[in-house]
Amino acid sequence: MPHIELNNDLPGIRGLMAFSPDTAEPLGVFTEIILRSNIGLTPVERELIGTYVSYLNDCFYCHNSHAEIACYYLGGDKELVDQVRKNPETANISNKLKALLRIAGQAQKGGKYVTAEAVAKAKQEGATDKDIHDTVLITAAFCMFNRYVDGLGAITPSDLSTYPLRAKQVAEKGYGNHIFKSPQPTAAK
Amino acid sequence: MAHIDLKNDLPGIRGLMAYSPDTEKPLNMLAEILLHSDDNTLSRGDREMIGAYVSSLNDCFFCQNVHGALAQHYFQCDMPFIDNIKRDPIAAQISDKLKALLAIAGSVQKGGKYVTPEQITQAKKVGATDKEIHDTVLIAAAFCMFNRYVDGLGTWAPQDRQIYVERAKIRAEEGYTNMNLQRVVPGELPEKG
Repeated sequence: MPHIELNNDLPGIRGLMAFSPDTAEPLGVFTEIILRSNIGLTPVERELIGTYVSYLNDCFYCHNSHAEIACYYLGGDKELVDQVRKNPETANISNKLKALLRIAGQAQKGGKYVTAEAVAKAKQEGATDKDIHDTVLITAAFCMFNRYVDGLGAITPSDLSTYPLRAKQVAEKGYGNHIFKSPQPTAAK
Repeated sequence: MAHIDLKNDLPGIRGLMAYSPDTEKPLNMLAEILLHSDDNTLSRGDREMIGAYVSSLNDCFFCQNVHGALAQHYFQCDMPFIDNIKRDPIAAQISDKLKALLAIAGSVQKGGKYVTPEQITQAKKVGATDKEIHDTVLIAAAFCMFNRYVDGLGTWAPQDRQIYVERAKIRAEEGYTNMNLQRVVPGELPEKG
């Protein structure tokens, strides 16, 4: 049960956004930019970074939500998403993404944990300055979202079959106010 | 030196905002609503103090001085008063409500799940509303982002803490969305070697 009266029963961050539409607005715009931009990192790579950081932060709602969005983009390759969440080093992904996930894992602990060596390695594997910037900002953003969701005890559906429905909605329409203003997707459709 | 070439000399998050103007806009809009807007029952000083406290727990020199100086500006106090709150909020001469909210913020800094029902109950008992608790958690969470953004990319920060006190007057007046990134005060840019 949420720590405060949200006056709605929407899952996860959706319930918080509905409670506080003023802050939902910039959060939605920001998320659309950092997770859906096609410049440099792909939306799949961006979602995988968010999934990994949310997994490290032990945020059930965020890590399953973003895992399903990544999975949707990947055409249903759940196996790859699971590999990344559990151990990026052995996952079937590019060396560049591995190097960026290493930076994400460091930034999840704290900004000062990011090492010059990890940055140099990412550059060596072909990451641009913008890729590194975006990786750190996505990681930092999930350190916010995860705390926002769990810090207020947001409603976390335990039924994993509901996550792909919301993932499809986000993958098709993007982030923004519609995720709490329009009807929640249901399996019946 | 920053981990990436920011193509500017601006300190802390301002260098990152100049580097990435697309993300600057919503981030400053969020900061404006959370920290500067007067449409809030928590004072600007209290909200900046929550940000400064979380930044000190995250050991982010730039952010804790920017927002500590803003709290100092709004509280009309001196720097040791702010430093004492950061060090030990329970012993500080602040309201019981701010103490309770800082306790929640301190838990959020560790992780969302560290917030306890007892902390929430205590905050409500000393007068905090649901919206104030919401804002406290979101401010604390947002600073866990800002601090990582600033230090994770290894940005430059002026070491003279008085510079932050001077800047706080500008920020209080401009707010966050009307930020003139290029406006600098003396000592705020790195000396050219």
